[in-house]
Amino acid sequence: MSKKLLLKNINVPGIKNFDVYRREGGYQSVEKALKMQTGDIVEEVKKSGLRGRGGAGFPTGMKWSFLAKPEGVARYLVCNADESEPGTFKDRYLMEYIPHLLIEGMIVSSYALGSSVSYIYIRGEYDWVADIVQEAINEARQKGFIGKNILGSGFDCEIYIYRGAGAYICGEETALLESLEGKRGLPRIKPPFPAIKGAWGCPTVVNNVETICAVVPIINEGGEAYSKIGIGRSTGTKLISACGNINKPGVYEIDMTITVEEFIYSDEYCGGIENGKRLKACIPGGSSVPILPANLLLRTAKGEPRLMNYESLADGGFITGSSMGSGGFIVLDEDQCIVKHTYTISRFYHHESCGQCSPCREGTGWMEKIFYNIENGRGKMKDIDLLWDVQRRIEGNTICPFGDAAAWPVAAAIRHFRDEFEWHILNPEECLVRNYGLANYADPLEAVAS
Amino acid sequence: MSVQFSPEKLDKVNELIKQYPEGKSKSALLGVLHMAQEEHGWLSVNTMDYVASLLNLEPIEVYEVASFYTMFHLKPVGKYVFEVCQTGPCMLRGCDNIIEYIKQKLNIEVGETTADGMFTLKTVECLGACGYAPVMQMGKYYKEHLTPEKVDQIIEECRNNSARNN
Repeated sequence: MSKKLLLKNINVPGIKNFDVYRREGGYQSVEKALKMQTGDIVEEVKKSGLRGRGGAGFPTGMKWSFLAKPEGVARYLVCNADESEPGTFKDRYLMEYIPHLLIEGMIVSSYALGSSVSYIYIRGEYDWVADIVQEAINEARQKGFIGKNILGSGFDCEIYIYRGAGAYICGEETALLESLEGKRGLPRIKPPFPAIKGAWGCPTVVNNVETICAVVPIINEGGEAYSKIGIGRSTGTKLISACGNINKPGVYEIDMTITVEEFIYSDEYCGGIENGKRLKACIPGGSSVPILPANLLLRTAKGEPRLMNYESLADGGFITGSSMGSGGFIVLDEDQCIVKHTYTISRFYHHESCGQCSPCREGTGWMEKIFYNIENGRGKMKDIDLLWDVQRRIEGNTICPFGDAAAWPVAAAIRHFRDEFEWHILNPEECLVRNYGLANYADPLEAVAS
Repeated sequence: MSVQFSPEKLDKVNELIKQYPEGKSKSALLGVLHMAQEEHGWLSVNTMDYVASLLNLEPIEVYEVASFYTMFHLKPVGKYVFEVCQTGPCMLRGCDNIIEYIKQKLNIEVGETTADGMFTLKTVECLGACGYAPVMQMGKYYKEHLTPEKVDQIIEECRNNSARNN
């Protein structure tokens, strides 16, 4: 069994309730933190090596240390619970089943950052989850952990829930802040970064749910102890939400030393491919990151076993590697069609583009249409290069990383599965009635050449 | 049709406004729109104008926000709205068949409402429940691990509930 930090008590009956959570050691990190200097808390988080769990993987302690602290200006902590990256459902799991962990992390983080009013921005669709988190807030308030002068420390701590209303882009931190201000979720031009000018023009830190939850064990056990779990710059534990054609979809907490192969085939995790089928491909970190064919997923281009961590999943760059992303692990079996799957991903990005930047607004729609034609037996050979061209012109040419997120899955699908695209186009009738099946996996070196 | 929140709801609006810094009541907009939609099922121009007056906003500030977020219905919908996820992970687990089944069962296309005003079928993009696919949102909750049998059961429950409440 790997070490559990966030989910260790998830199966304790009644853990949603304050009293049970407290009995199991909950809220100790608040008592400990309130006796510490705020700067020392930030130092502990830095020492832990914790990296943002929302997808970008930016070091949390560093993000915290960037927060501007001008005299007489409010500072804000905003928790990003707008979980919307296809394949990702770990934050919901935390909030739904162990909500006090998030509240505990919010209180400690708010204290460390000097945020007396903090917000949890929850995607609107998670309506019932917002109720569960609100109940946890109410309980914590009754017990004196939220409100004025918490536990007699002199620190005021309010936590409010803000419900989104259906917009993937609000997971981008500046779009989220726009939304929090009651506007359309249009990402802002950076700089200034939120740490300088965030919510209502005030210095703001935006952190993912899992990141904030991880602050609890870091304060309890110390940053150094946390940094010793895992490997290299992948410290601590990571939640992986696994879905697709596997026997045991669900949320798993891993220490980042296990191999991808173990994660997919071990009964402790995904339990192998459903119906005894073979693994065709996988998106290891949410729909934005490159899809990999089975051979490159399980082993790097150098032939080494690939591990479930930031460095190893990214080994080979985007040519032969992928990314840890948000931990949304999507598995495709041998019967799945890469063209169709990428079509749904492209449709998703077209639907969710905020429309501010023309490369993204126009490009995502264009890609969706090309995919639709290829999938429906109306593609032309030159469409493959056209898709490549369009995605390349979106990447890096937009205000926010959404453009990249829309481009990368298309690039990777063509890079690794070009033969499947060609088969679709050359067999317009056959592709309507059957799928290509297991890909003729490209030789990694050949893929570089293309 | 004039729109008016009950005094209890107006208290809730004021509570919501207090959660944001002074002078930043616009932040309550999404919350108030959620409340309005809960009450009316959808957001008419009248409703949006009323929300604008409550928060001291120009009507256009409300329209532009309501039209940006996909959860807000700007046209009337049925009593029960089936919002079926169709993104990659749900596709891998057969959401196409579920959408097709609901279409046949209710005899409507995606985006339409049944003649009795009971059901609306919509497709949505990722609901963040990929491990429990195929999935749809129905009001406040998700319906997960959908199968044709489960869809039948849900539809029957909706009809029974509706009959009981009439």
